[in-house]
Amino acid sequence: MSAVATTAAPASNATYLQIQDVVKDFSGYKAVNDVSIDIAKGEIFALLGSSGCGKTTLLRMLAGFETPTSGRIVLNGHDLAGMPPYERPINMMFQSYALFPHLTVWDNIAFGLRRDGMDKDKVAERVEAMLKLVQLAKYAKRKPHQLSGGQQQRVALARSLAKRPQLLLLDEPLGALDKKLREETQIELVNIIEEVGVTCVMVTHDQEEAMTMASRIAVMSEGRILQVGAPNDIYETPATRFVADFIGNVNLMDGTLKSDEPDHVVIQCADCSHWVGHGITGTEGMTVSVAVRPEKIALQRDPPPTEHAPHNRVQGTIKDLAYFGSFTVYHLQLASGAMLKVSQSNVARHRDHELTWGDTAWASWSPTSQVVLTQ
Amino acid sequence: MRRILDFFRRGRTAVIGVPFVWLLVFFLIPFLVVLKISLSEMGTVSVNDIVTFAEGSMQIKLRGASYVFLTEDSLYFRTYLSSIKYAAITTVFCLAIGYPFAYFMARAKATVQPALLMLVMLPFWTSFLLRVYAWKGLLDENGWVWQLLIGLHLDAGLASAGLISAPGKLMNTPFSLVIGMVYTYLPFMILPLYSNLAKMDLRLLEAASDLGATPWKAFWLITVPLSKAGIIAGSMLVLIPCVGEFVIPELLGGPQTLMIGRVLWDEFFSNNDWPMASTVAVVMILLIIVPLAVFNRYQAEAQEKAK
Repeated sequence: MSAVATTAAPASNATYLQIQDVVKDFSGYKAVNDVSIDIAKGEIFALLGSSGCGKTTLLRMLAGFETPTSGRIVLNGHDLAGMPPYERPINMMFQSYALFPHLTVWDNIAFGLRRDGMDKDKVAERVEAMLKLVQLAKYAKRKPHQLSGGQQQRVALARSLAKRPQLLLLDEPLGALDKKLREETQIELVNIIEEVGVTCVMVTHDQEEAMTMASRIAVMSEGRILQVGAPNDIYETPATRFVADFIGNVNLMDGTLKSDEPDHVVIQCADCSHWVGHGITGTEGMTVSVAVRPEKIALQRDPPPTEHAPHNRVQGTIKDLAYFGSFTVYHLQLASGAMLKVSQSNVARHRDHELTWGDTAWASWSPTSQVVLTQ
Repeated sequence: MRRILDFFRRGRTAVIGVPFVWLLVFFLIPFLVVLKISLSEMGTVSVNDIVTFAEGSMQIKLRGASYVFLTEDSLYFRTYLSSIKYAAITTVFCLAIGYPFAYFMARAKATVQPALLMLVMLPFWTSFLLRVYAWKGLLDENGWVWQLLIGLHLDAGLASAGLISAPGKLMNTPFSLVIGMVYTYLPFMILPLYSNLAKMDLRLLEAASDLGATPWKAFWLITVPLSKAGIIAGSMLVLIPCVGEFVIPELLGGPQTLMIGRVLWDEFFSNNDWPMASTVAVVMILLIIVPLAVFNRYQAEAQEKAK
């Protein structure tokens, strides 16, 4: 597993935040297990994983609330070891915000500035600027409980940006908002962060959030990093079965490598065979998995004339279909009983001979749509 | 549907009604009786009625002499003042001891918290009177507390501060009175503070720390303001009964520590002057209730403004 934990090159060459072989051991349980990441200045970096994968522990070590058992965290050339949270040039936007309920919006934002002993006029100037940035100038005198969830989120952002941190940490930044508001806020949040130009590490379990906001994503599981890359790299070129399965929907088919040529390979699975248009490093007869995303599969009644027939197509019966508005997901039962998910976008409002429950249909895909996974 | 709603509405009235009636019958009515007595004249054996019927006409006789006398004799004023003083000192000590106690109790491991809470409530298992008597034994000559304090030569300091009448004598002094009251009322300070502090969202302290507040700063700027309600509740629970306290000053206090409870007792049972005794009681209640009402009003207004 650990061999996969590759560290992708940061967007720019200069490493700004360096997480080096960090381990956090909670009395025998390794919440974070040998993690190394390099993050460049100005990046928005997402730690993505399901709950308990260690992403929050890693974030808390950056903030200084937890101490790494071993390893180093270096920010802008300074080792953060032994530095308490209140001395770190790092600020965090907490999950569900942790705004001070007894202080007004203004005082919440001014809190950090006052701790630095900044003089009154400077504090006022900075707070006003922050309020303007998040468009809450009208609400300065309110208490947090008098604001909507979206407004509270913006206060929390303003508070964490007020001190011009070298590193901004976001803990499930949009987790407390409802879906519609979340989509709007994602873009707004990224715009603000980019306007300020702060380097940002966020933690989320929501892959959509990670994909829309981050420039790079690290997929975590059981304390380890499985893959680091740009959102489309992770989606289109997953390195392992876990990552392929975790990010988006995928059809995973186990099979054996039948022929291994430099320009293509053929993989025989239970229900169909795959003609993959590129070579892989493997030996004939080895077991591999083929991942095909549902939206890369076409569905029709008649056998499709594919380039490499009889490869890359399969017949099945529609057992289930789920209509999502802009697209429909069909569950095709194959001969072995396995289900194949096929997503078709609803381009036209009405279609003749629309496929429905119980119909027999052919699924097909192109030789460039599959990913062959050996791990 | 309507009938069900009506039933619940009536049920709610009943639930609120029971304690309401209880307070009415056992607090408000007796208070009105006391108020009435304070305005009456003392007969030979009992209090004369305010309202009398003579020759077919109704006569109402209100007598404010007790209230006038209360302002004329400085004893009453001085005693009220000293009652409030000792009650306030007790409250301050209870807060100073109780706050750290409640704080560390609330931050202790969840598994040991019930045990700590039990320890706070343990004294309630023994009679209050017995426990106050026990202090007599501890503070009297040859009691171990006495031996300890004398052994450490702390008595000289206490005497020069005027807390004990003379070195070597701890009992029946302001010192012994305050010890007894703080000891007795401490749980009433700790419990509301604990319940308040235990509810606090600890992430707020992390947020404060993240924004550059040292742990000490975070305590003063976040924990203390957020526990204001607990501080007020605990202080009221200690201050109010302490003002009217009778048993503790009687057992542990001395000539220096005359408190209003003692004066009340004397008026009732030594002087047999019920109107005067009632007057003292009424004024005492007003002294406590009026500032409280003003404070409550102010709090409510502040909350209203915040909206």
